[in-house]
Amino acid sequence: MLEIRNLHVTVGGKEILKGIDLDIRAGEVHAIMGPNGSGKSTLSYVLAGRDGYVVTEGSIRFKGKDLLEMNVDERAAAGVFLAFQYPLEIPGVTTMTFLKTALNAQRRARGEEELDAVRFLKLVREKSRPLNVSDDMLKRSLNVGYSGGEKKRAEVLQMSLLEPVLAVLDETDSGLDIDALKTVAEGVNALRSPERAMVVITHYQRLLDYIVPDVVHVLSQGRIVKTGGKDLALELEKSGYAEYGADAA
Amino acid sequence: MAAVKETVETVGEIEKYKYGFFTDIESEKAPLGLTEDTVRFISAKKDEPEWLLEWRLAAFRRWQTMTEPTWAKVTYPPIDFQDAYYYSAPKQTVKLDSLDQVDPKLLETYEKLGIPLTEQKMLAGVAVDAVFDSVSVVTTFKEKLAEAGVIFCPMSEAVKKHPELVKKYLGSVVPSSDNFYATLNSAVFSEGSFVYIPEGVRCPMELSTYFRINEKQTGQFERTLIIADKGSYVSYLEGCTAPQRDENQLHAAVVELIAHDDAEIKYSTVQNWFPGDEEGKGGVYNFVTKRGDCRGENSKISWTQVETGSAITWKYPSCILRGDNSRGEFYSIAISNGRQQVDSGTKMIHLGRNTTSRIVSKGISAGRSSNTYRGLVSVHRKAENVRNFTQCDSLLIGDRCSAHTVPYIETKNPTAILEHEATTSKIGDDQLFYCMQRGIGEEEAVALIVNGFCRDVLQQLPMEFAVEAQKLVGISLEGSVG
Repeated sequence: MLEIRNLHVTVGGKEILKGIDLDIRAGEVHAIMGPNGSGKSTLSYVLAGRDGYVVTEGSIRFKGKDLLEMNVDERAAAGVFLAFQYPLEIPGVTTMTFLKTALNAQRRARGEEELDAVRFLKLVREKSRPLNVSDDMLKRSLNVGYSGGEKKRAEVLQMSLLEPVLAVLDETDSGLDIDALKTVAEGVNALRSPERAMVVITHYQRLLDYIVPDVVHVLSQGRIVKTGGKDLALELEKSGYAEYGADAA
Repeated sequence: MAAVKETVETVGEIEKYKYGFFTDIESEKAPLGLTEDTVRFISAKKDEPEWLLEWRLAAFRRWQTMTEPTWAKVTYPPIDFQDAYYYSAPKQTVKLDSLDQVDPKLLETYEKLGIPLTEQKMLAGVAVDAVFDSVSVVTTFKEKLAEAGVIFCPMSEAVKKHPELVKKYLGSVVPSSDNFYATLNSAVFSEGSFVYIPEGVRCPMELSTYFRINEKQTGQFERTLIIADKGSYVSYLEGCTAPQRDENQLHAAVVELIAHDDAEIKYSTVQNWFPGDEEGKGGVYNFVTKRGDCRGENSKISWTQVETGSAITWKYPSCILRGDNSRGEFYSIAISNGRQQVDSGTKMIHLGRNTTSRIVSKGISAGRSSNTYRGLVSVHRKAENVRNFTQCDSLLIGDRCSAHTVPYIETKNPTAILEHEATTSKIGDDQLFYCMQRGIGEEEAVALIVNGFCRDVLQQLPMEFAVEAQKLVGISLEGSVG
């Protein structure tokens, strides 16, 4: 589903990713671990198509198409979803309105019929319940005054509603206590399916206790330096990132 | 002077291009320029009583001694007031046979605004066929209003049919000597609306509905007078979300509102006049004086405005809170793009006891525009227990525009409690990226963020209109990013 070949990326003239190769098939969950500054978030932004992240070499193919040729919103409509480490606040726009605008924009882009208010409301209710997202929260401005846990739950709700093909979760565990982490992880696990791939970016092994990956990659200084099974994460937890040429976390 | 002439010509060019025809209408124009004879000519044309002519002449003489105000943060070439026509007989609007003859760009905007087809035809000046009998609709409205005892008619008709009311109230809120533009208006105003709501009557409909169906003739110097007698209520909507083009470059309207005991007036405006081309050429100069007088106890006046058009906007809808326990409100969205310049705000003059006011102003600047909020909250010596809350928020899009906030506060009574909150923010690249990552296109994302920013004010608009206004917000900012 996703093929990354020899990907080089510079940000502000500085090379951050120095030749990444990665293959992800439908149904797989890949974890990308690494110390701060290793290029984890850069990888997520390049996949989403953020401005200022310049691909100098290499390619990314998504479902057989050249991902780098597509705009940010086109990628989203094609099924790329990024759960943000720090979700943005949109004052005055209720979570409900935002969700509806996003879902219908994607449906429009795919040539599907937009959902009317009634059908949409039913869908949102259905998706909100397991994530403990209350009606009150849906009526508040998106992410404004949300706690850390609420923000991450709102991200997972968006993901659940938009049903992406490829979900990238950037440090979804940051700022969460253990209960919030469990709720979020359950939400993510519920979305695991044979048609969907996930990339879980994290610094700590902790999250991977709850979202168990099929493959673990260690990213260090812009390169994938090791790839293994879920045990690799446990190993890292013990030994730290020192042997991969980075300061211990 | 030359610059103005040039701009006027530019407008002419644009109009010619836009509509693809140029008609030489044999209109009865007053001679070029402004003299006492012009004023007499206008008054005679309208067959006005002697007192009104005298009133106009007094204003004209006063105007000759006045100079244009220069304190606003707007710049434009000097206006030659002698190089303009101050009266022409009602324009013969050219009726088109079908929408096919209308500029497709205009239709595209109507489409985006979601204006119903029949209304699109009326706005574009297409003759409406008999299937939809507009006349009967208007008549129904008129009957309904008459039943309630509401007077709603053109100013010139009111002068003839209800001279006692006009004489009593005209100029009682905005005196003919008020300011340069109001005085000019007093001398040469040609048309406008007159509304009188009798005691205890709740006007049975938004006075907008009628207007939107009745193709509105915007004059250069409009004069509107609304009187809400004791315990009455009226909601009045001026303007239209559809873009309005006008060959008159200078507009100087006056609006006066009077609310007696326990009466309430809600006045909403959507202004979407031609803002000029990309270089700011040819746009409308809008110098408006709007003032409401809460004359009675427990009265209330609420101004809501959405300003997206005009090259220059100079406008401060205000409230004089004379009656005890009266309340004034001002909700404003001012959007400037391209080279537009907006200097707008309000004045809340607290004279009575326990008077309260609320100001919520949302300024959005994009392109190379300049957007200034200028407001005054004044508390007089005898006004006990005054409360005011002011909130001024500015939103910047891009890095070539500017936003300014100039609040004036004067209080002569120590019991007053005045609050002022102000914020300035910028639509961030990260906010846009976030929306777009969810599949929302760039322009839709900007519209979404801006509508969120304006929500408090949009909620004040009459329901059917709020939806259109929301769309308008998006449309006025098209092309502001990227």
